[in-house]
Amino acid sequence: MAATEGRRTRPGGAVFRSRTRLLSADDVGRALRRMAHEIVERNSGAADVVLVGLQRGGVPFAEALAANLAAIEGTTVPVGALDVAFYRDDVATRPVLPEASSSIPVDLSGRTVVLVDDVLFTGRTIRAALHALSEFGRPGRVQLAVLVDRGHRELPIRPDFVGKNLPTSLDESLLATLDGVELGTMVAT
Amino acid sequence: MSGAADTLLGQDLLSMAQLSKAGVVEVLEVAEAFAEVSRRSVPKVPTLRGRLVTSLFYEESTRTRLSFETAARRLSADVASLAVASSSVKKGESLRDTVETVEALGADVVVVRHQASGAPAQVARWLHHARVVNAGDGWHEHPSQALLDAFSVREAVCAQRGMPSEGSGASVFDGLRVLIVGDVRHSRVARSQVLAYRTLGAHVTLCAPATLLPRDADGWGVDVAPSLDDALGEADVVSLLRLQTERGSVSHVPSPAEYTATHGLTERRAALLKPHALVTHPGPMTRGIEIASSVADAPHALVTRQVANGVVVRMAILFLVLGGEPSLVSVAP
Repeated sequence: MAATEGRRTRPGGAVFRSRTRLLSADDVGRALRRMAHEIVERNSGAADVVLVGLQRGGVPFAEALAANLAAIEGTTVPVGALDVAFYRDDVATRPVLPEASSSIPVDLSGRTVVLVDDVLFTGRTIRAALHALSEFGRPGRVQLAVLVDRGHRELPIRPDFVGKNLPTSLDESLLATLDGVELGTMVAT
Repeated sequence: MSGAADTLLGQDLLSMAQLSKAGVVEVLEVAEAFAEVSRRSVPKVPTLRGRLVTSLFYEESTRTRLSFETAARRLSADVASLAVASSSVKKGESLRDTVETVEALGADVVVVRHQASGAPAQVARWLHHARVVNAGDGWHEHPSQALLDAFSVREAVCAQRGMPSEGSGASVFDGLRVLIVGDVRHSRVARSQVLAYRTLGAHVTLCAPATLLPRDADGWGVDVAPSLDDALGEADVVSLLRLQTERGSVSHVPSPAEYTATHGLTERRAALLKPHALVTHPGPMTRGIEIASSVADAPHALVTRQVANGVVVRMAILFLVLGGEPSLVSVAP
């Protein structure tokens, strides 16, 4: 099921086959600019903010948000990358592999951590991410930014900043990158 | 086991022959993620909470057993360790009964070291649920050692070239020349190394006294170097093996001193190495026999990095063998 997230699945298991393009690169750029403004508004600036992208799909969006925050506020916000594989609750039932190492450049204690991911689906990745974050300090608050919320939550998790709400059916799959958002399906290789 | 697999997920680890190049690279890349964990102030993750890792060592070992058990604890697994010397094995319990007892106690992984080649494969046939990891069987194989050697070599070569090792795949092994020196005949480490390095794309040469070369070396896809002095100048990696006195190595050479004279990595020979050449040793080292003490402590010797990397590579092995099998998962939705 989580294979529909398009990544965090082992190579060779399945590939994404696109059917329709839902957002263009420009649409994604505009959504990220708005989200950056919302982050600044919510936190009265960006002084305490640390952006943490989830490996790998969330990392480019975290970097893009940081660039937008720099343009808006003129401050450089630290950007980290977090891999949640070792914190997932389904490692025994599904092929789970780490995407890449975690890399958190600052102690998160007291900071406002904005978790950034490409697609929010069941919420289980975010649950794992909240657990993983605690290894790097005790954040003052944690917020969640996602480019796409596709629904089908299995846990009480809701995003603070959303690029686009895209209701999907369970047999569909989304691929969200800086180049755009596509709807399709995962097919066996 | 037919053909080499691209993943270790949900499998036993019995031999390096079971993994393809992609399968070996997967272990190295997962180990990189655990290397990051091991650099944290609390080097521990909850991944295998509630799983039971049992070590069943019929031969003495310090580093391999300690390394596997440390790896299991850093994954939050429970560890049960059967000290064969003080167990019912001494009362005559068979391997099969011991193994079935261990599984009945709830083991999810059994890490086996045994003096008989093939014992871990036999254990795997007896078990119903638990995965088996071969921690060294007779003269046969020692896969986790070969994997940590490959990980250490990749790390060191990438550092020399100023590139990150994570994500580098098998690129540094392409054309790399590995020279394995010593008692190849009695060495399970050598058998696993040859398979691992060749799978990764390296060129392997063996150098040993004729009495310590395996009789079937022709079928290994390796070269055999008659003279260590000549071979050293070609090598990018020199893997030294111990003279295995407990397996009768010494009766195959006139004397340990004679072995040192012909095949020891002495200070004089170390000077023949290329400037960037790396030296590995699986330990325990017998300083002054196969390696001069000053050579063992020189910067190009990876010995202590190998021990540190042993834990992260074994974390990767335990994580993968306990992982969900890809074949059990349907792709859709």
